[in-house]
Amino acid sequence: MIVQHGSNDRTLPRHTVLVRVTHWINTVSFLALMISAVAILLAHPRLYWGESGGYGSPALIELPLPLNLDQSGWGRNLHFLGAWVCVVNGIVYVISGIVSRHFKKALVFESRQVWDSDLPPYTSLQRWSYVCVIFVLFPLMIATGLAMSPAISTVFPIFVQLFGGQQSSRTVHFFAAVALILFVIAHVVMVYRNGFRTRMRAMIYGNSAAKETVQ
Amino acid sequence: MSRTVTRRRFIKTVAGVSVAVPAAVVAARLADRYGLLPPDHDGLFGLGTSLTYASQRLLTHGQPLAREFGRQQISRNFPAINTVMPEDGDYRADIAGGFQNWRLSIDGLVAHPTDLSLDDLRRFPSRTQITQHICEQGWSAIAEWKGVPLSVVLTAAGIQPQAKYVFFTCIDGWWDSLDMADVLHPQTLLTYGMNGSNLPIPHGAPVRLRVERQLGYKHLKYLSTITVTDSAAEWGKGKGSEGAENGYSWYAGI
Repeated sequence: MIVQHGSNDRTLPRHTVLVRVTHWINTVSFLALMISAVAILLAHPRLYWGESGGYGSPALIELPLPLNLDQSGWGRNLHFLGAWVCVVNGIVYVISGIVSRHFKKALVFESRQVWDSDLPPYTSLQRWSYVCVIFVLFPLMIATGLAMSPAISTVFPIFVQLFGGQQSSRTVHFFAAVALILFVIAHVVMVYRNGFRTRMRAMIYGNSAAKETVQ
Repeated sequence: MSRTVTRRRFIKTVAGVSVAVPAAVVAARLADRYGLLPPDHDGLFGLGTSLTYASQRLLTHGQPLAREFGRQQISRNFPAINTVMPEDGDYRADIAGGFQNWRLSIDGLVAHPTDLSLDDLRRFPSRTQITQHICEQGWSAIAEWKGVPLSVVLTAAGIQPQAKYVFFTCIDGWWDSLDMADVLHPQTLLTYGMNGSNLPIPHGAPVRLRVERQLGYKHLKYLSTITVTDSAAEWGKGKGSEGAENGYSWYAGI
């Protein structure tokens, strides 16, 4: 897995250090967010549309989940710690991706020269799903998350108004999270089916798998 | 080549750590000096809540108001959770007497410590607001609240300049605190009316707190005492609230 630069012997890793580090920080923070999200959701597994909603008012969806009121303390702490890590890490990733033209090369144009010869470039479905995750779903999670904050909504009421209210924001947050989890499942399945060891090495060591292939 | 890369990476890592650690220490000191460090800032979860508290305090510096709603948006069912009827014997007697004997004591760093009756509170200028109560569990409900801004009562008592927190205790034994930003916010009320009537017992009669920029668990019911202080250290484990000692962050702006 080496990008050959013409006759030059210099090799470049398939994934840069920054992409690899942010990928694994994102993995850990996403897991923390997912686990804590379930803990929080179980405190009130009903979804509403509009401004307010609770027991005694009609639900949009009653999720078939057990009620558990004892988990939201650590759940909330873990969720917001995970959110800080995820957002700061995501900002670093997106800025570097724009500066290094990584997004432009890998996601916007089907540019064969950025990839090594063994692997095909991303299919358009893959590219669109990455674009959707990075530029639609994650920003949507952040915006709906901020919309639910009673302090943030005093400064930026636009967030909560944009989604049609406190409970609509929560419901959109839920469905965007479900979409992200489906993406993660598909992502892991794809990695597994296309050579789990090789791809894990590529994301951990960058070019170490290449040595094995080339040597 | 791999040796060079390893050494270069090692130097970069050492340089990164030697910048990041002092930077974090300096940031924490600065945050503390400007009142941006919550009392429950310890530990890994403390990092998350400290970042949230500091950034939200900087963003809300201008004290903007929480959204207010129209009467038609008032919830028909407003859930009441946790204590809905205090066990305390005096409280039962207070209900029977229409809370005529109930007093709210105000002490600590104030020029004039005092005990206020319900009628005393009603004599202050009142504020009525239709706001949303957002529970950390996930539900939310809208009601009209009537009360006196906490800042009006404490200003009358004479807040001393070194005041940093205001602690509250409740008839049901619960206790919590607010920073001065929330204490002085115009929508923070000592609330005695709900939806045009006296505050009902399940919602904290005779007086509950409204802190519109925070989640429901900060809106203490059945208020009993108010203490102005310059330090959270002497209350419980120093984390600022009973909730914080049970794993719920002291600051609930998100």
